[in-house]
This record gives sequence, structure tokens and C-alpha cells, in this order.
Amino acid sequence: MNALSVEDLGHSFGSRRVLQGVSFAVAEGRMCVLLGRNGAGKTTLFSLITGLYHARAGSVQVFGQAMDAHSSDALAQMGVVFQLPTLDLDLTPGENLRYHAALHGLPTDLSKKRSREELSRLGVLDRIDDPARALSGGQRRRVEIARALMHGPRLLLLDEPTAGLDVPGRRALERHVRDLCRERGIAVVWATHFLEEVGADDDIVVLDQGRVRWAGRADRISPELGVESIAEAFASLTGSP
Amino acid sequence: MKTHHALRALHGILQREMLRTLRQRARLFSAMVRPLVWLAIFAAGFRSVLGLSITPPYQTYVLYEVYVVPGLVAMMLLFHAMASSLAMVYDREMGSMRLLLTAPLPRWYLLAARLLASVIVGLPLVYLFLFVARFWDVRPPILGYVAVFPALVLSGLMLGAFGLLVSSISTQMENFAGVMNFVIFPMFFASTALYPIWRLAEAGPVLATIAAWNPFSSAVELIRFALYLRFDLVSMLVVVACLGAFFLAAVVGYEPGRGLWSRRGGEG
Repeated sequence: MNALSVEDLGHSFGSRRVLQGVSFAVAEGRMCVLLGRNGAGKTTLFSLITGLYHARAGSVQVFGQAMDAHSSDALAQMGVVFQLPTLDLDLTPGENLRYHAALHGLPTDLSKKRSREELSRLGVLDRIDDPARALSGGQRRRVEIARALMHGPRLLLLDEPTAGLDVPGRRALERHVRDLCRERGIAVVWATHFLEEVGADDDIVVLDQGRVRWAGRADRISPELGVESIAEAFASLTGSP
Repeated sequence: MKTHHALRALHGILQREMLRTLRQRARLFSAMVRPLVWLAIFAAGFRSVLGLSITPPYQTYVLYEVYVVPGLVAMMLLFHAMASSLAMVYDREMGSMRLLLTAPLPRWYLLAARLLASVIVGLPLVYLFLFVARFWDVRPPILGYVAVFPALVLSGLMLGAFGLLVSSISTQMENFAGVMNFVIFPMFFASTALYPIWRLAEAGPVLATIAAWNPFSSAVELIRFALYLRFDLVSMLVVVACLGAFFLAAVVGYEPGRGLWSRRGGEG
């Protein structure tokens, strides 16, 4: 069963069409990189997948649960890290995680235990009781990932998670997520415009001007398009220099 | 929706509201000082110029301070509701609203839980103000403090639902200055919070009519009557009807398919 199936999805803001006929699937336990330049429609696509926006055309299914008919069941399977930081800066990381756990119906004891486990795993346990506003950008991102994992999701969506981070911070975050994908079998959708974040074994979906230009295994894109690298393939698909 | 899940989510939302409120000390302080300034300065000045006839629920002539306290209590609820609404707009601009709206619970429930939590967090300050008001000889019957509780909850919910509706319409925090000037202040001043309706009628029938139809007046009167162990059925019906209407409209505003939320466009 696919972790995520997107079928013929479309969306407009007024007369401005931002997504059109978007279809792709992410298999269980796979890492899928959603590649697209700024304004390609990645964030809108995330908003549709997470139910923040209502899909006007097409459908989204999470482990077979349709978002429009069974949104609560679909959302329960999903962990989300949004492009905009969503930590409550007036709370500590521990409180942020426990708030999220409560929204997902976890009992208090389990929530306390899991918050320590997830923060420890992402290397920020020592900041559990500090105000979130005192954390660096990279630490906040790691806390957000820890939070998204609190309820044990089987699908993790990350919208440009490395935006604003320095190179070592980006690499560390990417490594953490790849470990999660491998060790826990979580399917990951990683939206980015940084081509260097694509791994050879990943799946890629190239999104440009609201349409899927190419979808498949990362190691097949260059041979299929007859170019030398992913960068060249991306440039030829999106018309970017 | 499973009951234990819903209750845990409500508990989490309530806990977050309490922590945030306790950590925003400046907001707490101003929420307490604002009505006290009105009581200590405004009411003292008006006491000498404004005569009050016997107006229900009072059975005798009362000091202006006694008259104005229920209005100031409603003002506290109104400003608390607007602060909460502003926090929601801020949460939406900052992104943290997305976390709430992607929780696996119906959206109407999440909004209702947020509304209820906000009202519960605001009530202790109201009671503190009512206690302090005793030093100005505003001494309703002791049982009145108990009787007023449901009136405070209902009025707080109605004003909070109005704030929720405003937050679903406001696209940016900057719009809030307009909301304060064109909605909140007229709502407060064109009501029975500061003057009885017969006084407003003396100033002009239009103002009196506006005040009579203003749902904020109903909240004030519901609180005033309950505080003096009287029940104002009409005010309660108006408050309940407005609560339902405002909340329904707010839910539509936050609905992904129908509301403004999905028409504004995202980041990319």
C-alpha cells in the first residue's frame, strides 16, 4: 500500500491556478524528494495534503484513507513540519511536544516519555526546559521534527525543512531524517529547492509551475533525459539556468 | 471522534493557554489595570455629574461605581476575547495555527476547545476585579458571585466567538487596529456598559436603539442581573443566539473548502 497517493490534484487562488493535474505516489518506507523552485506550488501542495486547504480537484489518500472523507484518520498517520516555523516560542520544547501529543490524544505519561525520547534522539534533550525562543534555528527545526514524530506517524512531510540553516545544520538534519526513514520505515516527503539534498536512492517528484514534470527514482532521471547530472535534468525540466 | 482523545486535546489546549497567559505578564497586568483605571478615575468623575434613577435589577438608588462594574466586567471579557483573537491571527501569521488545524479532530471541535480554554483562562482575573471592586463599595450579595459564573461563561463564549469570527476574517495583524476602532470601541460605548438605556435615549433615540440591539448590552445586562441574583431571560436568549451565530460563521471562516483561509494563497 502507498503511504501517500495524490491523484489529479488541482488548486487555484481566485483566477490564479497554482496546481494542475498533480499525481504521484510515495511507497511505505521510501524517501521522496519534492523538488521545485520557489513558487512551484510545493507549499500549496502540502496545504492540500494536510487538509489546510480543501482540494477543488483530485484526491489525496494517506494509507488508503481519503483526506476529504476521513481526514482525522489520515491526519493521525501523518507528521508534518511546515515551512514556516510553528513552535510556540512562549513554551519550552517539552511543552510544545506535549501540546502536540495532547492534540493527538496521547495520555500524559506516554507523552512525557516520548517527548524525552524524541528530543534525545534529535540531540536537543538538554534544551527540553528552555524557552523555545532561546533555541537556534537548527535546534528549533530539530524540535519541530521531534514534535512531528510524537504520535508515531507512518508518513512524515517536511516542507523546506533546511531553509535558513547553515550547511552543517542542513546536512545534520538530512542525516537525521534519512536515519528515521531507514530505522523506523517511515515514508518521508521532503520538499526542497536544494538539489544537493537528493540522495541517489531517493524518489523524486519535480514540480514546476504547478505541474509534475517528472517522477521516479533519482538514479534514473539523468539517463532518461540524456543529461549528466540531476542539476542538468532539473534545469531542462524547469527551464531554469 | 473518541471522547478520551477529545478530552486530552481540550486539556492540552487549556494548558497551553494558561502557560501562555501566565508568561505574558504585561498582558495580565494591563488586563487588570484597565478596568481599575475606569473604576477609580472615570467612575469617580462621572459619579458627580451623572444621576441614576432606580434601574433594574437595582431596587434602590445606586452609586455610579455600582452601576458601571458589570459593564467593566463585560469590557474585561471583550478585551480578553479580542486579545485571544489577535493571538490567533498572530498564530496564523507565525504558522503555529497550522499545528492546531492539522490535528486529527474535527475543525469545529478544535475551534470550540480553543474558545472554551480562552474563556476559562480569563475568568480568574474577572473575579479578582470583582473582589477589588469591593473596596469601592461595590458589594453584590455573596451568592451573586456564584450566580454570575454561568453568565460570565456565556458572555465570554459569545464575545470569544465574535473574536474568533474576526480572526477568521482578518488577513493581517495590522487590520486589528481597524477592528479596534470600528468594531470594539463602538460596541463598548454604544451599549449599556457605561450608561443605562434611558440615559442614552435622552441623548438620542438612534443611539438608544443601537444600544438596545447591541449584543454586548445583552452580555452586560446578563452579568448585571446575575450578580444581583436576578435572571434576565431576554439577554440570555440574545447571548446564546449570538454565540451560536458567531461560532457557526467562524467555523465556516476556518473551513478549508468554504472559508477565506483557502482563498488567500500560501507561501509558494
